[in-house]
Amino acid sequence: MDRFVFLTFDGLSRGAVYAAFALALVLIWRATRIVNFAQGAMAVSTAYVGYSVSTATGSYWLGFVVAVVAGLLLGAVTERVVMRFVDHSSPLNGVVVALGLVLVIQGVLGMIYGNEFRPAGAPFSRDAFTVGGVALLSRFDLFVFAAVFVVVALLAVLFTKTAVGLRMRASAFAPDVSRLLGVNVGGMLTLGWALAAAVGSLAGLLVIPTELGLHPNAMDIVFVSSFTAAVVGGLDSAFGAVAGGLIVGLLLSYTSGYLGATVAPIAVLVLLVVVLLGRPGGLFSRSAARAV
Amino acid sequence: MSATVAERVTTPRKTETRPRSRYLLWTVIAAVLIVALTYVLPPFRNYQLATVGAYLCVTAGLTVLTGLNGQLSLGHGALMATGAYTVAMVQEQLSGRGQWTLLVSVIAAILVTTVAGGIVGLAAARLRGPYLAGLTLAVAVVVPAITSTFDKTFNSDQGLSVYVDPPPLALGATFPYERWQAWLSWAGALLTMLVLATLVRGRFGRSLRAVRDDEAAARIAGVSVARTQVLAFVVSAACAGLGGALFAVLAQSVSPGAFPLSLSLFLVMAIVIGGLGSLAGAVWGAVLLVALPALTHSVTDSINVSPAVAQRLEGNLPLALFGITLVVVMLAAPGGIASLKPTYRRRKA
Repeated sequence: MDRFVFLTFDGLSRGAVYAAFALALVLIWRATRIVNFAQGAMAVSTAYVGYSVSTATGSYWLGFVVAVVAGLLLGAVTERVVMRFVDHSSPLNGVVVALGLVLVIQGVLGMIYGNEFRPAGAPFSRDAFTVGGVALLSRFDLFVFAAVFVVVALLAVLFTKTAVGLRMRASAFAPDVSRLLGVNVGGMLTLGWALAAAVGSLAGLLVIPTELGLHPNAMDIVFVSSFTAAVVGGLDSAFGAVAGGLIVGLLLSYTSGYLGATVAPIAVLVLLVVVLLGRPGGLFSRSAARAV
Repeated sequence: MSATVAERVTTPRKTETRPRSRYLLWTVIAAVLIVALTYVLPPFRNYQLATVGAYLCVTAGLTVLTGLNGQLSLGHGALMATGAYTVAMVQEQLSGRGQWTLLVSVIAAILVTTVAGGIVGLAAARLRGPYLAGLTLAVAVVVPAITSTFDKTFNSDQGLSVYVDPPPLALGATFPYERWQAWLSWAGALLTMLVLATLVRGRFGRSLRAVRDDEAAARIAGVSVARTQVLAFVVSAACAGLGGALFAVLAQSVSPGAFPLSLSLFLVMAIVIGGLGSLAGAVWGAVLLVALPALTHSVTDSINVSPAVAQRLEGNLPLALFGITLVVVMLAAPGGIASLKPTYRRRKA
């Protein structure tokens, strides 16, 4: 029972990160109908930037802030320079371009930093508090929850309470009408990519210390888990992404706790297959009319 | 737009009028050329030639799946691993009984991969675009996890060694091993090309393209969309299995590290740059996969850099170059990927 409680908390903490990362995927999907397959690699590259700043200045928090800002910039640049010019007549094109970006980013990171694992610093202890002999959460887990909660709350406020959020939703929902009404749709797209990449960077900073460490491929499996989270939630819904993230986090925690760490990626694949075959629209989707 | 559509309807495609026996002739000519080439090239070049052959099996299969049927797979690295591990295990069982065992192992590899491809294909036929890419990506990422979960069978990260017989004595005692490897691998590659070219030319090929261009129209015309998609996946998986098996035979070992995610991305890159519409593109893709890393290697060798820097450039410079090429081709030369686009602009639902 103690173990179950510990694994549950551990799963929720992991799940919070997947939720944030899935949220970043959903932000871009809703606006452009592109699944950003390069998001993991982009997050890793900003984590390296943060790492460089932290080691140069000795301040973890300065590196943290720089990494998130680098995410904003990288997202905006990616949209302006690359994604804007993708031909949307086939959904494959966007995927292939993003995969090209993955290769570029991993190649460049490998050339600059080398392909060995580097220790990634965590700002708080990762030793779990124990309550009545039961190990529950570490300070770092609490930090993860707080950071993800703040991001989700800020995004919710942005999209529901502000004029910019309204324009962004309008641009995603009906780009042509929005343009006629004087909304800068292109600008909104750039902003959406920037926000998504910054959220992705944050998620990267939260997950990399708990995995093996900093490496050009550090986020490959995290990306698959987060993609699964987003698919579980239906790709279209922010609430679904958060719920999907928590589901995937719990699944990973239970399977690696009870069956061994190597089983966890297989469990994610099985979940992805089951959801895609059972409810391709995600668990939280309403039934749509027939397409053809 | 309407003019080009009319043209396509009235003028028969050039490939449709070509008799099937022509493919056999081309295969024989190619085989003769390859054999002649292996006598001219030094051993290391023969090994590279063999690698091109192994890659060609996979890129040709992937061209059929992605280029002609419009299904993007990022999981072909995992299918190659399936073929490679099968060869390793069957060869282990049959070791030392003669040359024929290799044929048995390779056929076993193709069969096992075909079954695996059928399972993935059944799922794939219900999925579109990014969903399919995500599922196959998960398949590609899960390979190391499977080898360490069942480590008694697959021996985790160390992998298995592949027992391969020396060249048959009938060829002479001093017959170079690399030349034998090149023969083996191109026998597989040319057979793959012959079978695929014949398949693609006929009814199956037309079904593939019809499903890619407009599923609804294909369905109305009596093409079973799901069956065509699963079949495309199965055919392409069998080719990937053969390619993986040849890879294992060439390297004489198999480990998860030989089939990383980047391998699957490289394969997609190769067929996109090679030109998605045709099997000839697959040849260019396979050549590129071997030539580009070799080229960057010789460039980093010739410029004077420290060993540490050279080591960093070694694997990563080709990675970055591949990526840049992929992005630039997709953005600037959509003609290269024209076959991905539907012939008719589909109305937005």
